[in-house]
Parts: sequence; C-alpha cells; structure tokens
Amino acid sequence: MDWIDTIVQGVLLGGLFALFATGLSLVFGVMRLVNLAHGDFIVLAAFLALAVVGGTGVSPLLALLIVAPLMFALGHAVQRGLLDHTLRGGVMPPLLVTFGLSIVIQNVLLQVFSADTRRLPAGGLETAGIEVGAGVTVGVLPLITFATAIAVIAALQVLFYRTRTGRTFRAASDRPEVVPLMGVDNRKVCALAMGIALAVCAVAGVLMALRTNVSPTIGPARLLYAFEAVIIGGLGSLWGTLAGGVILGVAQSVGAKLHPGMQILAGHLVFLAVLAVRPQGLFPRMRD
Amino acid sequence: MTGPDSRGGPRFEVCTGTPGSRITLALLVLAAAALATGPWWLGRAELRLLVEVCTYVSLASMWNLLAGYAGLVSIGQQAFVGVGGYTLFTLAAFAGVPPLLGVGLAGLAAAVLAVPTAAAAFRLKGAYFAIGTWVIAEVYMLGVAQVQALGGGSGMSLPVRVVKSIADTKALRESLVYWLALGLAVLSVAAVYFILRSRHGLALTAIRDSEPAAESVGVDNARTRYLVYVAAAGVTGMTGALIFLSKLRISPDAAFSVVDWTAYVIFIVVIGGIGRIEGPLVGALVFFTLRGLLADLGSLYLILLGVLAAGVMLKAPHGLWGLLRERLGMDLFPVERRLVVRPEKSDS
Repeated sequence: MDWIDTIVQGVLLGGLFALFATGLSLVFGVMRLVNLAHGDFIVLAAFLALAVVGGTGVSPLLALLIVAPLMFALGHAVQRGLLDHTLRGGVMPPLLVTFGLSIVIQNVLLQVFSADTRRLPAGGLETAGIEVGAGVTVGVLPLITFATAIAVIAALQVLFYRTRTGRTFRAASDRPEVVPLMGVDNRKVCALAMGIALAVCAVAGVLMALRTNVSPTIGPARLLYAFEAVIIGGLGSLWGTLAGGVILGVAQSVGAKLHPGMQILAGHLVFLAVLAVRPQGLFPRMRD
Repeated sequence: MTGPDSRGGPRFEVCTGTPGSRITLALLVLAAAALATGPWWLGRAELRLLVEVCTYVSLASMWNLLAGYAGLVSIGQQAFVGVGGYTLFTLAAFAGVPPLLGVGLAGLAAAVLAVPTAAAAFRLKGAYFAIGTWVIAEVYMLGVAQVQALGGGSGMSLPVRVVKSIADTKALRESLVYWLALGLAVLSVAAVYFILRSRHGLALTAIRDSEPAAESVGVDNARTRYLVYVAAAGVTGMTGALIFLSKLRISPDAAFSVVDWTAYVIFIVVIGGIGRIEGPLVGALVFFTLRGLLADLGSLYLILLGVLAAGVMLKAPHGLWGLLRERLGMDLFPVERRLVVRPEKSDS
C-alpha cells in the first residue's frame, strides 16, 4: 500500500509542476521565447504573497487576488519594456537577457527579504487530509493544487481555442509576420501572453509557498522542473504538460522513497530517459 | 593563400593580419611573458587574484567559442568544471597520480563525459539546449553528492601528502599553480584564435551567420558543433581542475555552481563582447575591476552586474570590445579574411 500512496502523492505533486510549466509553455508557444527567469517569477510571486499576508493578515488565497493582477501587470510591463526588444536577434538575446533578469530578481529578493526560508500560513490546510481507503490519505492542499492545475489548463484551452484572443495567440505562434496585416499589434499579443503567464506563476507561487519553505534562490530549480514537464509532455500541448508534470512528480516521489537523496535526481533521470527515447515528448503538438 | 590571375592580371593574396594587429599581438606576447615572471615581483594576494583572472579568461574563452561562434548557448559548463575538479581530487587522493598530471587527465575526463552529455543535450535546439545542459549539470552534481568516498554532499579536501607532493614550499606550489593558470589562459585564447583562422573556424563562423547557407556549401554543421563542444569541455575541465587545485577543497555545491562557473562567465563574455576573441579578455578586466570596487555591496553587486549584462546585450550586442573596435577600427586577433590585391608589375 506504501507504493500506492507514494504514487498518489507523486501524481498530486505533478499538479504543482504542471502549474510551474504552464506559463513557460504558453510564452514559448506564443512568441518562441524561453524565459530563464520563469522560476524566479514564481518565487517573486510567493514573496509578494508573503508580504501581502504579513502586511494585511488576509488569508493566502485572498492575497492571490492582489498578487495575480500584480504579476499580470509586471508581465505586461516586462514584455513591453524589455523582452520585446530581444525578440528580433535570434536565440541569444532573449536567453541572455532573461538569464540576467533571473540573477537580478534573486538578488533583489535576497536584498529585500534576506536569505531566510519562509512559508505562507495555511491555517491547518497543510495537515488536513482525506482518507480514501486502503491506507492512502490524500492531503487537501495537494488535492486543491492538482484541481487548480486542471482548472487553469482547461481555462487556457478555452482561451486558446474558443476565443478571439486565443486566435491571435495561435496566429502569433504560427505566423507572427501576418498578425499585423490583420490589424492586430503583435506587441500587445505578446504582452498579454506574458501577463497571463506570470499570473499563472502567481497561482503556482502561492500554492508552492503554502506547501513548502521558499527562499530567494530556489527559482532556477523551479525553472528546471517546469522545463522538464514541458519536454516530457511534448511542446505545444498544455494537457501534455500536465501529463509531463505528473510523470515528473511520480518520478520524484518514487525516487525519494527509494533514497532521500534521490528525489530530484530521479526526476532528472526520467527526463533524460524520455529525451533519449522520445525527444519530441510524449504528446507533442508542435514542431519546432 | 596566393594565386595568380589566369589572365595575367594582378596577383592577390588572402590574409588575416594587419600591421597594427601584428604589433599588438607582439605586445600581448610580451605582456604574457612579463606576467610569467610574476612570482618574483608580485605578492601572494596579487598572485591569487591573477590565478582567478586567468581561470576566468579560460572559462570565458571556451564559453565564447561555444556561444559566440558555434551558436551553442550552454548554461551547463559548470558540469565540466565540477567533473574536472573531482577527477583531479579522485586521481590524486586515491590513485596517487601527481596533481599536475591530474590536471591534464581531468581535461580528458571532461572531454570524454562531454560525449554522452552532447548525445542528450544536442537533441534539444536553441533555448531548450541551454536549459537541457543545465539539467545535465545538475545530474552530475547530484550524482557526485551521492558518492560517499568523495565526501558526499559536504565534499573533501586534497590530502596533505598530495599537497606536499606538488612542491616543497608553499610559495613554489602557488607559483606552479599560477604558471599553469596563466599557461591555460594563453592556451585557451590562442586555441580559439587558431581554430578560427583554420578552415574549421570558417565553418563555425558560417554556421553562426546562417545555418542553411553553411550546410549548402558543404559544412557538416552537426559534426563541427559536436567537435567544438567536446574540445571546449576538455579545456573547461582542465580549468576546473586548476581552480580546485588552488582552493585545495572541493564540494558538489562549489564545484557545480551555476552562478560561479556559468553566470559570471556569461556576464564576462556578454559585457566584453560575444563572438570576439578580445571579448573575454575585456570582460574579465571589467568584471574583476567592478568586483574590486563593489564587492562590499554583496547582492547589490550582482544586481548591477545582471543589469549591466542585460543592458549591454540590448544596446551594444557586440559588447564593450565591439564599441571600442568601431573607434579603433582594428582587431587584436584578426580572423576575418581580407583580399589584398598587389598591383601588376610592368616587367613580368
């Protein structure tokens, strides 16, 4: 029964990884930009939530109502003010600028919040569990996280395939040069995409900080998990990204059970195995 | 390369050097020779600083070769620094290999490990290649941290008998490390220079400028990139061995640090000028000058460095050397081929 428990916990952990990965996948899908500061934006959102909760005493989920719009605005501003200028020079400028941004965000957080680890107060939520039989107990918080991941991805699917905005996203992805011909400003499309991506980062950051301790330098590791979930799932498919997150979560969970030092290594090894056997990912949708 | 015109026209010559570049090159060789006498007129602190500068020049030259010429933006070069360092410590502590020989073997080990690394990472393109190399570097770090014989997560020190076997006195040992670091820096810069002047360099530059065009004139892009990646890993591994030979202590966190061995290196290359041999030299000068002035600021210093690198990338993509080059109108290490036409002699 132990193993069933391990796998169930891993699947639920995968929901968090999928939330990490969704924004990365969205931004890459729309503008072919790999944001190396993605993990640091997740951590930044977590610290903003900590500041809001610390300053006003509201519950973390209410704080999200402030943090998510803030992160949306930040994403919009970063895209318009900085990243737009990197998109016309090949693969190198966006990579190096976002890498610099990553180091800047980490050190601003260190400067403002110190290197201490913190956690959002969950009000008993973090220990609440539901007995589902066969000796397996499912935590309420992981369950909420997983349900949130499904909800966010479903919402993005509707946005992408059922709305006018989604059509411009797909157009920008397929033929960015044609979008302006249709009277749509590419820069607005990109800014909107980055805003949505960072709003999803806010959701991921708050749920992460409810679950574990956070410190200013853990962003790059989140970037790597997000990246692995995207590649395992296959580029361009949001449901694939969820599957990738789940596979990564189960791998880490099983690894941790085998040996405490193996958790992260096991995730990386499964990623490399997928890369070796099926480099296009398990459920690819896009060729690039 | 020379050749007559078939119709008896003017003779032409393809050359890369200019008179100015020959003079500066000679000056640089003299400067390196002067630096080689450093142990006789520099203090210990200065020597240690110069060892660090030299190792960063090597790391930056190799990263520049990858990113600036082969179009391979790697964020995982710390893998080879770490593997080089650990190879040296393992060989010296457990197999009794003399540490100075160990530095060379560490480079070999890193190059060998670059083969499976490339097999995995080369399946990813562009930006995803960058993160992929980073993941693989993490795998090496986590793997090394699992090995109890190497001290696990807390690392190990170079045994005293090994340290003593390098040289009789501490001063001589530090001088040896200094000469090795200086030699490796000169070797790295010279290697990049000569690679770029060879036909492989022409292939690399062609790949950087246009992949389809390079392919169409018969350049084997994948093979050229692969060879450059493995060679850069070898030199990076030797540098890593040397870094930890001077520190005498190694741990997984220090050996595979993405900030120390890749972020700083990227900042150096970007600020100095990516895709220019002079870039890493100029960047290292700027980096260590800023560090000397601002080190007390702690994280503010890193914020400044990140902003500077991002700003340079956006406003001056060829870096400080690129700006300087426009003013001077010359290269220290010219690699571009120019056609020089000699006037026809009337009596021939």
